[in-house]
This record gives sequence, C-alpha cells and structure tokens, in this order.
Amino acid sequence: MRRKRFLVAVANHSFLIAAAIAFLAPFLFIMLTSLMTNEQALSSRFWPHPFAWHNFVDVFHEAPLGRWTFNTLEYSVLGTLGLLLSSVPVAYALARLRFRGRNLMFMIVLVALMLPPQVSVVPLYVMWAKLHLVGTLWPVILPNWFGDAFSIFLLRQFFLTIPEEYLDAARVDGLGELRVLSTVVVRLAKPAIAAVALFSFLYTFNDFFLPLLYTGENPHNWPLQIGLSQFRSLHQVQWNLTMAATLLVMAPVIVIFFLAQKAFVEGVTLTGVKG
Amino acid sequence: MLLLLAPWLVGFSVFFGYPIVMAVYLSLNHYDLLSPPRWVGLANYRYLFTIDPQVGTAVKNTLWLVAILVPAQVLFALGIALMLARARRGVGIFRTIFYLPALAPPVAATLGFVYILNPATGPVNALLGHLGISGPLWFQDPAWAKPSLVVLGLWGVGNTMVIFLAAVLDVPRHLYESAEIDGAGPWQRLRWVTLPSISPVILFAVVLGVIQALQYFTQAYVAANIASGQASQAADVTAASLGYPQDSTLFYPVLLYQHGFSDYQMGYASALSVVLLIVSFAVTLVIVVNSRRWVHHAGAIR
Repeated sequence: MRRKRFLVAVANHSFLIAAAIAFLAPFLFIMLTSLMTNEQALSSRFWPHPFAWHNFVDVFHEAPLGRWTFNTLEYSVLGTLGLLLSSVPVAYALARLRFRGRNLMFMIVLVALMLPPQVSVVPLYVMWAKLHLVGTLWPVILPNWFGDAFSIFLLRQFFLTIPEEYLDAARVDGLGELRVLSTVVVRLAKPAIAAVALFSFLYTFNDFFLPLLYTGENPHNWPLQIGLSQFRSLHQVQWNLTMAATLLVMAPVIVIFFLAQKAFVEGVTLTGVKG
Repeated sequence: MLLLLAPWLVGFSVFFGYPIVMAVYLSLNHYDLLSPPRWVGLANYRYLFTIDPQVGTAVKNTLWLVAILVPAQVLFALGIALMLARARRGVGIFRTIFYLPALAPPVAATLGFVYILNPATGPVNALLGHLGISGPLWFQDPAWAKPSLVVLGLWGVGNTMVIFLAAVLDVPRHLYESAEIDGAGPWQRLRWVTLPSISPVILFAVVLGVIQALQYFTQAYVAANIASGQASQAADVTAASLGYPQDSTLFYPVLLYQHGFSDYQMGYASALSVVLLIVSFAVTLVIVVNSRRWVHHAGAIR
C-alpha cells in the first residue's frame, strides 16, 4: 500500500515536471532565437552560435519601440486612472446603497460584461470617425472614464464583504455617502482596488482589437501590440529580431507579475470563486 | 446618489445603449462612411443568411472553437489542477510556471508560436524530425491551423488552472475521509467528491470559455497575418491574409472585421453584429438566469 502510494506520487511528480518543461519551452525557444544571427534563426539549430547580443540593440533601430511604448503607457495610465475614478463609485452604489432599479442596473452590468465588443463596434467607429478621433487612442481611452463593467462587478463583490457597522459608524459621525466612500470604503478596499488597477493595466497593455481598429492606419499612434503584430511585414525583418521584440513586449508583464504575485493570484481566484 | 452613478449612466447610454440601437438602424442601410446611409430594408440580412458563402465558414469555424477549444482548455486546466493538488512539494513553483504563459500578451504569444511551429525550421518540427516523424505544416495547413491555435490556447490556460486549483484545495477534507472509510478508490473520490464540489467553478470556466470563443480575434488575426507573410514573402499582406490559410481561421469576428474595417461596408457589418448580439445575448441570458443557482452552490461549499 505504502509502496503503491509512493509510486503514484513519483508518477504524479514526473508528469508535473514534464508538463512544466513543456510550458517553459516556448519561452526558452523565443529567448534562444532572439540571440541567434539571422542565418541561424532560419536553420534548424537550437543553440545560438555565436550569441548575437546586438540583436537587442538592432531591434530598436528596426522599429520605433520607444514610440510604441509611450503610446501603450498613454493608453494604460489614462485608461486605468479613469476606470478607477468612475467604477469605484458605481460599484459602491450597487453594493451598499438601496434604490429602485438597483438589481436591474446590476443585471445590465452583467450583460455588458458578457457581450463581445464586436457588437457595438460599428456604430462607435462611425461616431469616433465623425468626431475626427479615428487614428488616435482616445476612442479606447475615453470609454474607461465612464465605468467598466468588469471592474464594477469585481469591486461590487468586494464591497459586499465590508461589514455594515464600519459604514454606519462613519454615517453616525455625520459623513455623507461620498465621504464614507472616499475615506472608509476606499481604505478598506485597497487590495481589491489594487487588483482592479492591475487587471486594467494588463488589459490595456495587451489590448489588440480596438486599438487595431482605431490606430491601424496611423503608425504614429500604434501601441506596442499593434506595432509588434506588424513588425515582420513592416521591414521584412528577420525572425531573430522579431523574437527579440516579442521577448521585450512579454518582459514588462512578467516582471510586474513577480513583483505583485500575491495580489495576482488572489485577484484571479476572486474572479473565479465569487463568479 | 445620482452623482455616484452619473458617469456610468452616461457611459452606458453612449457606449452601450446608443451603439446597439444604431447598429440595428445601420444594418437596414447601405453605408460606406463616405456617402450618407441609404435604406435597403432587409437586404443585408438576406445576403447574410442566404448568399454570403463566408458566413457559413465563419460560423462553422467559431462553433469548432466552442466544441473543441473550450472543452480542451477546461479539461487540460482541470487535469493540471488535480495533479498540482496532489503534489506534496513544489506546488508554488509549479503553479507559477503553469500560470506564467497566461500573462504573455496574446500578440507576442501568437508570434512566438508561429515561429516555434514554423514547418521548415521551427524547433518543434526539428525535434519531431530527430524522432523520425515529419511534422505537420501547422499554421500553413488549413487542416492544422485551428489545432495549432488550440496548442497556443492550451499554453495560456493558467488563469483557469489557478481558479480550479483554489477550488480543489477548498474541498473539505472530511468529505474525502468519509468517502475513504466507505471504501471509495481514487477515481471514485474524484467522481463523487471532487467533481461535484467544484462543478460551479467548472461551469463558470465553460461559460467564460464560450463567451471568449464568440469574440476570438487577436490570435487568429496575428497568426494568419504572420503565417501568410511567411509563405508569400511579400511586404504588404495584411488585407489578403484574413482567415489564412484558405479561410480556415476565418472566425465570425474576423469576418465582421473584414467587412466593416477592411471593406468599410458598415451596413453589412452592422447586420453581422446584430446577429452576433442576438446569439451572445441568448447565451448570456441562459447564464444570468442560471447564475443564481450556481452562485448559491459556491456559497454552500465554503
């Protein structure tokens, strides 16, 4: 019996190790290719020989990575700020205030959460075109300033867990709802707000469909993801430089993950279990 | 009160209510953005349902994602979560390794996989070659393009896996102990204790997967674009590449993109989006109506 258990545990671990290697292999291949010379990247050799470290310098000459990074940061920072400022109050109202139509509003948030962006995209494109904003990032930044369904949903779930006594104590002290929110609730909900900000940053950093639609024709305003997707067709660039750029675009997300790993996993778990 | 809700009420009207009403109106018109909309009645819908040969292809490809990609991702994530839950040592590091690819930006991940699965010189086919197997053409072959996207999808399954792992670890120990006393083997414990306990989370993952399948775009667009560029070696291939190879990656959102934003047929694209709206709304309604039930289940576990 004990022997059998031991064998099962060994098999289990062997399988996990094999799977882990398979999960890490793509990163390794991308990394190795990014360090190869162009001729070598087109051969079927695995190991760079010699190591072409200058690829990571060349890639900045081949593509305006700095410009693209600036555009991405503009979208991420302005989008995330607006999203927090507009979504926190709505989530609070939906979680803690009683008013007619509250449940209906929450239903609408849930529906908005699940509808594909493609459903509303044509009329919105026409609208932004009439406002002469197609070609800029404003069509993807501005909607964040008016509440985001996913963030409202997540924050509401968290606000529901705040004990009513805390809020009542503040109300007895004579604070209005706006002050209760900006002092007590925001302080208590810091982890949830941090998670929402993190998710928003990741979403905007990775976003592709809408930025492609609105900035596709204007390379000056391309964020990183659009630039990366056009990288090869832009200059007929080599695979080694393409993989170097790919690695550079992956790196910030992975660095942020290791800095905020706990918040990450907790946030992901929150979305699932409370769903 | 109203002050708290004001931004969202404006946002909801402008970015949600208005476009949906407007999409229905535009779908009854011919509109190319340059000249004013011209009323054509149901002509767009007639073309969509009876004439356009690509709609059938796009719907079939999207259903393929729902039928193959979604179950594959859920089962794979569940398998890994179950093995991780049994592991005695190294759970943290394994969890990190399995989660990491989910973070990779979809564009970057897709680019990486098009290179890795590159038929002639990519490392996967090179490895298969060493084993004496001649690998498939992956993103270059209409029969293999969607399976290649599944491989990419399985690599990025970390989110679901983390959620499953948390749910599995949340199953109360005493349930297993009493099952064991009743003589239940490992498979029976899995079938009668673990799976029922985490079923709400599995349902949640399936639902999320279906919703994502309905809007699957980025990976298909990038893979088709890069793979077709690789094949033709031409500089500007973006316009011709959608759905490459041979419409095998032409999913419904890709078709909508092609009509709306490559050909600027805003009226017809609106008709496509109204149909998508109705389908997604039906799916969503089923979910919201049933959600009470499984949220309650989730409460009961804890």
